[in-house]
Amino acid sequence: MIELVSESRCIKCNICVNICPTNVFDRVPDAPPTIARQSDCQTCYMCELYCPVDALYVAPESDVTTSVNEAELAEVGLLGSYREKIGWGHKRTSTAKTDQTFQILKQMK
Amino acid sequence: MLKTLTTDFELDLEADVLVIGGGPAGTWAAWSAASSGARVVLVDKGYCGTTGCAAASGNGVWYVPPDPEARETAKASRESLGGFLSDRSWMDRVLDQTYANVNQLAEWGYPFPTDDEGKPYRRSLQGPEYMRLMRRQIQRAGVKILDNSPALELLVDDDGAVAGATGVNRQTGEKWIVRSQSTIIATGGCAFLSKALGCNVLTGDGYLMAAEAGAEMSGMEFSNAYGISPAFSSVTKTLFYNWATFTYEDGTVIPGASSHRRSVIAETLLQQPVYAIIDKAAESMRASMRLAQPNFFLPFDRAGIDPFTQRFPVTLRLEGTVRGTGGIRIVDESCSSSVRGLYAAGDAATRELICGGFTGGGSHNAAWAISSGYWSGKSAAEYSRSLGEYKTQRQVKGVGEVGLHSGSDRSQTLATDEIIQAVQAEVFPYEKNYFRTEQGLTESLGKLNHLWQELRSSRVKSDNELIRAREAAAMVATARWMYSSAIERKETRGMHKHQDYPELDANQQHHLISGGLDRVWVKTQPLLKSKIQNPKSKIGVAV
Ligand SMILES: Cc1cc2nc3c(=O)[nH]c(=O)nc-3n(C[C@H](O)[C@H](O)[C@H](O)COP(=O)(O)OP(=O)(O)OC[C@H]3O[C@@H](n4cnc5c(N)ncnc54)[C@H](O)[C@@H]3O)c2cc1C
Ligand code: SF4
Ligand code: SF4
Repeated sequence: MIELVSESRCIKCNICVNICPTNVFDRVPDAPPTIARQSDCQTCYMCELYCPVDALYVAPESDVTTSVNEAELAEVGLLGSYREKIGWGHKRTSTAKTDQTFQILKQMK
Repeated sequence: MLKTLTTDFELDLEADVLVIGGGPAGTWAAWSAASSGARVVLVDKGYCGTTGCAAASGNGVWYVPPDPEARETAKASRESLGGFLSDRSWMDRVLDQTYANVNQLAEWGYPFPTDDEGKPYRRSLQGPEYMRLMRRQIQRAGVKILDNSPALELLVDDDGAVAGATGVNRQTGEKWIVRSQSTIIATGGCAFLSKALGCNVLTGDGYLMAAEAGAEMSGMEFSNAYGISPAFSSVTKTLFYNWATFTYEDGTVIPGASSHRRSVIAETLLQQPVYAIIDKAAESMRASMRLAQPNFFLPFDRAGIDPFTQRFPVTLRLEGTVRGTGGIRIVDESCSSSVRGLYAAGDAATRELICGGFTGGGSHNAAWAISSGYWSGKSAAEYSRSLGEYKTQRQVKGVGEVGLHSGSDRSQTLATDEIIQAVQAEVFPYEKNYFRTEQGLTESLGKLNHLWQELRSSRVKSDNELIRAREAAAMVATARWMYSSAIERKETRGMHKHQDYPELDANQQHHLISGGLDRVWVKTQPLLKSKIQNPKSKIGVAV
């Protein structure tokens, strides 16, 4: 479930508010969005992909809330890690180009 | 205040074609309608481009070059698994159309990879990239998109033809109405808020709306797809479990358990936890896996688990009709429903035509979404043109009922969350939905019918509850068609496993059509003539 909107990173663009499929966030004037309906989060990681500044963190647990520590997440490189893997963001190339599904299907039983 | 739903609209639009749902099916529908000159409005409950299961997950696609041998293999490969309910002429059409449209994606700039031989490889689409591209393309084609705008009910004219829909913007609370000559339901399947990857916007809303306008369902017994996911996570991706070993808590291997034999996993999960480790993948394969499906590894990396060397608990999450095959019955090649002016595409429509009673992890869903989307858009645009000026003179009214009204004649307020939990209690448990029995289905139906009555006789607390109330109603309705059809299919075929009738019965090689709201009905329908007859074959069930 979504666990973090980083106050220090967020540029208040409200993209996450707009694109979250289950309407989890609320916009707040002159402040980062709030996680208003956390239990509606479907753990799809889409908000992370669309956040331009890696300010969001979606924990892998989909049914329970967990506590996260922003500094630790940043240190181990988990903030924005999905965006990096998909190759979205400034000066990156989409990894759809390096999709190796063909290798896998070749070896399917 | 809810009474105002059909009279007061902040946003009032006219269109030739209204598309409800903006996943692959809806966006292909919108694109083909707009490309044939129609004015198109597309509404989505979430945000077109990120919502629905394809955007979050990605898709293998049934993309087969027009080589007769390859096509023959593709068609033959799943017939037995699907219980011989599929139709070869529909397969041919879908293979042709999918091939053309996926090539179109390449022209639009989708970054397909190249294989070992340097040839473009087009059988797999990364979800976020695919759906971002589709959004851009339909915007270019002039489609007007309303995001965060769930449809709540359909409009029909005096003759009962569908003439648009109404809904609400879930962020502003503004109500919208789109009057259109034709309408396409592309709202996906129903996974009952199980939190399977990308599925929580999929609550069967389109089935309910279509049924209220008089449409029929088909194949609703094929609705018990369960995907393997780490127990803690939402990521139901089964492909890589092909290289997994499944064990009990003490580490001994569970006999017979595999990604193909999920029923063994389900049976074990009824008694005790099940663990998996993806230890059969060679080193080079592991690297390929990471490059193929980055999101498969997200939950593991974040939980600090190496799935290739460490065991982790797994579960089976219900994907219902999302990876089942049932949905709105379509009556002809235009993807029309049985109601005039109403078309269906993607998971919202039945996929039995191309994969019978089984899809699971298969590329058929993506291919069906693409091709049925494309056809429905084209046909809906043609139909609109044929209506000419008639459109502007139509009197229309909303046909939604359950979960929409606040009438003062209803004393009880609706306990939406309780209803949702109650329907989940009937459809999630493996012993009820995976392993079906006459007695179990009958008991569940009793409870579901009761829930329907409760929905019918209650009023919704406030506008804020409206969307959830409609979702609750759609889930209860879906479950009732599912189980009513499952009771009628007294055999085991496709993904429908009936414990009391464990064999496939050659006399039941037909479709089950269902429908009705207060009174649910089910009837049989013979297969199309082009179906290859193969009644003597050994059981074609997925175990
Ligand atoms: C984890 C996972 C992996 C999968 N992998 C594969 C695969 O490899 N190959 C394959 O072929 N298939 C796969 N599938 C299935 C495939 O993703 C679907 O069949 C396909 O996305 C269906 O497209 P669709 O447009 O019909 O529905 P969806 O993509 O589900 O889109 C439905 C849309 O309708 C919207 N909507 C719902 N209700 C309303 C409403 N009331 N008003 C307005 N809008 C509404 C939703 O927000 C959503 O955008 C997978 C599914 C899952 C869950
Ligand atoms: S998308 Fe990122 S930067 Fe924009 S508002 Fe959301 S958290 Fe802040
Ligand atoms: S993970 Fe998905 S559902 Fe959860 S907040 Fe992000 S976008 Fe919304």
